[in-house]
Amino acid sequence: MLAFAERSDTGRKRPHNEDRVAADPPHGIAVLADGMGGHKGGEIASALAVETVTRELATRLPGIATESPDDEAYAPESLLTRDVVHEANTIVYETARTQPQYEGMGTTLVVALFYDDRLTLAHVGDSRAYRLRGGQLEQLTRDHTLMQELIDRGFYTPEEARASLNRNIVTRALGIEESVNADLQEEIALPGDLYLLCSDGLNDMVDDEAIRLTLDKFGDNLEEAADQLIEEANGNGGQDNVSVVLARVIKPFPCRRSWFRRFVDWFQ
Amino acid sequence: MAKLTLSFNDQIVAEYELDKEQMTIGRKADNDVQIDNLAVSGHHARILTILNDSFLEDQNSTNGTFVNGSPIKKHALQDGDAIMIGKHLLTYSNEAASRGGDNDFERTMVIRPDTKGMPENSGSESVDRSVEALGQQIAAESDRSVEQAAGRARVRVVSGANAGKELELKKALTTLGKPGVQVAAITRRAQGYFLIEIEAKDGGHPSVNGQQVGSEAIRLDNESVIEVAGVKMEFLLS
Repeated sequence: MLAFAERSDTGRKRPHNEDRVAADPPHGIAVLADGMGGHKGGEIASALAVETVTRELATRLPGIATESPDDEAYAPESLLTRDVVHEANTIVYETARTQPQYEGMGTTLVVALFYDDRLTLAHVGDSRAYRLRGGQLEQLTRDHTLMQELIDRGFYTPEEARASLNRNIVTRALGIEESVNADLQEEIALPGDLYLLCSDGLNDMVDDEAIRLTLDKFGDNLEEAADQLIEEANGNGGQDNVSVVLARVIKPFPCRRSWFRRFVDWFQ
Repeated sequence: MAKLTLSFNDQIVAEYELDKEQMTIGRKADNDVQIDNLAVSGHHARILTILNDSFLEDQNSTNGTFVNGSPIKKHALQDGDAIMIGKHLLTYSNEAASRGGDNDFERTMVIRPDTKGMPENSGSESVDRSVEALGQQIAAESDRSVEQAAGRARVRVVSGANAGKELELKKALTTLGKPGVQVAAITRRAQGYFLIEIEAKDGGHPSVNGQQVGSEAIRLDNESVIEVAGVKMEFLLS
């Protein structure tokens, strides 16, 4: 059983909100996108991506296969998520290609799909997923940014990276090319877990420790926690649009098959 | 455009514009910045420039590379940095960086391996293109799948009746252990493989290299020793 809350705010400096969020509690879907591109392109791109992913997941989940082929690395829900992300990419790309006013638009995307005591995360760009578990905050996704690559290569510490001019350069985005490579991962969802999807307007303005404290303090009331995060980002300058989707695991949500049955009990 | 000023005994010897994705510094003649002094290694250091930022990397030099008095292997250059190589001083200046202000919150841009006409730089078009090449190369490397980024991995049982048995970690999520006793999962992310505790009974927890796993995922390195439900396993990256 899951509870969700979502917020999206223009912030203090930008004229438009190019972020888009959605949550579909009955289907266990949380989606967030941060659009880019002038002349309303960013708003269109993020809206198309979020609407497509949410609609297609909700439509296709009921008919999903119960098992993946043996040689497949991912659960059927992950494969479906990847498919709908590809579909969203095609829609944004084709819109940009055929309508001159939207040329060059694109968007980041992060999707969390909860099922069977698990979740699948799919992301493109620098929108993130975090998890608060047992008071510890963990960033689950790895940003697709030039900065992250430079950190991985040892040129920057994460602290130094905050001061760089190259901070806002993403290496992947939805809708920029005919195809997109989304990162897919599967995680176990435990009761008490609190998941956060956010746009960079949050994590650029509020550091991880402050996010952790807020989630820890207000986590029992998701609406209040979401308001609080937006308020902190704006209080620190609100330089960008800021959006969050929160999901809390209240009780186990096994379905169709118990995960025990899929157990790799190979060493007994 | 960022530049380097070379000086020796407080005298300016030369100036160099950082207009290439890679500038090499060393004693030998094939370097972009040649410093003919025995305290300087043949290929001493290099500077990589990506868009507005430059990065200094020591090339395993004999006498080391120092920035503002501290030895460095890799360093993100900032306007005014003093680089000492032997007794020569290289001063880094970058006007773009000192402009400051709202630059920090410029709009997000995308860099792709095949993008043309990337974010506008201050310099000429041809220069921009050469400086972009490295960014595009990094963008190409960044576009790997999670499987490629994390690498292939397997676990080998090292204790008990099944010692020697191996399991390739083909799945995005693999559970290990005995239900009702102790269960852990290994999840594959772009940063690598992580062990997570799922179920622990009677105070016993899975461990990695003897360290108890709690609510936070523990990253697995090559040859990490995992213990779940009393069975010891070795994690192997290949």
